[in-house]
Amino acid sequence: MSKFKDAEHLLRVAAVFAAGVIGFVVLRAVLVPKSFGEYGHYRGNAITEIAARQVVFAGHETCETCHSDVSSVKSQGKHAGVNCEACHGALANHAEDPGTIQPPKLNTLVLCVRCHEVNGARPKDFPQIVAKEHNAGELPCETCHQPHSPVIGSGAKP
Amino acid sequence: MKMSRRQVLILLPAAAVAWDAVLAGKPEDAPNYKLTEHWWGMLVDISKCIGCGNCVRACAVENDVPEGYFRTWVERYHVSDYDLVNPVVDSPDGGKEGFPPRSGAGGKNFFVPKMCNHCVDSPCTQVCPVGATFVTPDGVVVVDKKYCIGCRYCIQACPYGCRFLNPKTETADKCTLCYHRITKGLTTACCEACPTGARQLADLKNPSDPIHAFLRTHTVQVLKPYMATGAKLFYNDLDGSVR
Repeated sequence: MSKFKDAEHLLRVAAVFAAGVIGFVVLRAVLVPKSFGEYGHYRGNAITEIAARQVVFAGHETCETCHSDVSSVKSQGKHAGVNCEACHGALANHAEDPGTIQPPKLNTLVLCVRCHEVNGARPKDFPQIVAKEHNAGELPCETCHQPHSPVIGSGAKP
Repeated sequence: MKMSRRQVLILLPAAAVAWDAVLAGKPEDAPNYKLTEHWWGMLVDISKCIGCGNCVRACAVENDVPEGYFRTWVERYHVSDYDLVNPVVDSPDGGKEGFPPRSGAGGKNFFVPKMCNHCVDSPCTQVCPVGATFVTPDGVVVVDKKYCIGCRYCIQACPYGCRFLNPKTETADKCTLCYHRITKGLTTACCEACPTGARQLADLKNPSDPIHAFLRTHTVQVLKPYMATGAKLFYNDLDGSVR
């Protein structure tokens, strides 16, 4: 067998292939984030980034560190299971800076009715009223019901 | 300090490994939170839901959900006495402002809060072409906004209709189970705002979580069990007509 004359062609192909492989390895190292594949086929750092979001609802444990007087009244009444921010709204900024950021005043005529207006799809044992019949004068609910312990005569001051 | 060439050669790879660790950064910023020690799900007790819409509003505030889009929403079901398999469902503005009284009495009426089921074998993560949506090691399905290309495959794949394309970021968006809250030891915004306890965050890896006793003693179902998605949104008192 004669020696293959055009070995240079093969070398060139090999060089192109090697350059391609090196280029792929380098590009991959540059483009793929370091944390990709840390836990699976995704960027592991994305978990940290999603967890880093700011909290808007402080949570009732935070409220109770200062407002233990209210929580002790509430824990005796029918609204014991209702968390503070269910009615008062998101107040993490108030918890951060209680001096300057004050919670907005609530309108019980809107707020109470959201849960307690009669609705056929609500559980039958849930206390419901027809607001127009219950309170024709459109007095605020807290005239009679203390929102933190709503049963009349429960001892809490309105 | 004198060092032989041999000592330098031994120390070099060690320094490289140390530098590599510095570059990689810490995987978790919350020091007390261990990814492997949690497996999150949620319990929804239909018999307690009053359809007030607190969860929908709280979710929108906590997660900056655009107007007209929902990470969680509440549906009202009306099942007539004569047609048990074709319920009438309505959800005005996702139940955000509550539900107006229904005209016409009779039948069975109840509310069903809905959101991402945080499936173990979620169809949405399987179709993502770029690895932008995934199940975290603690069982929460999330979207990596930096990686999402907005192709909408996952939105079509979700059997529960829980995903949408966020018009601001133009990436897929969905419930994160308030991942920024649960990793800090708080409950989700919807659970925090629910006045009746109809929603309960559940850590299935925590042996003292009340979810275990609840699952043992109640008839709990998931939505579309025949799709074998491994849904972790457990419904108590779920009517057969709910889709």
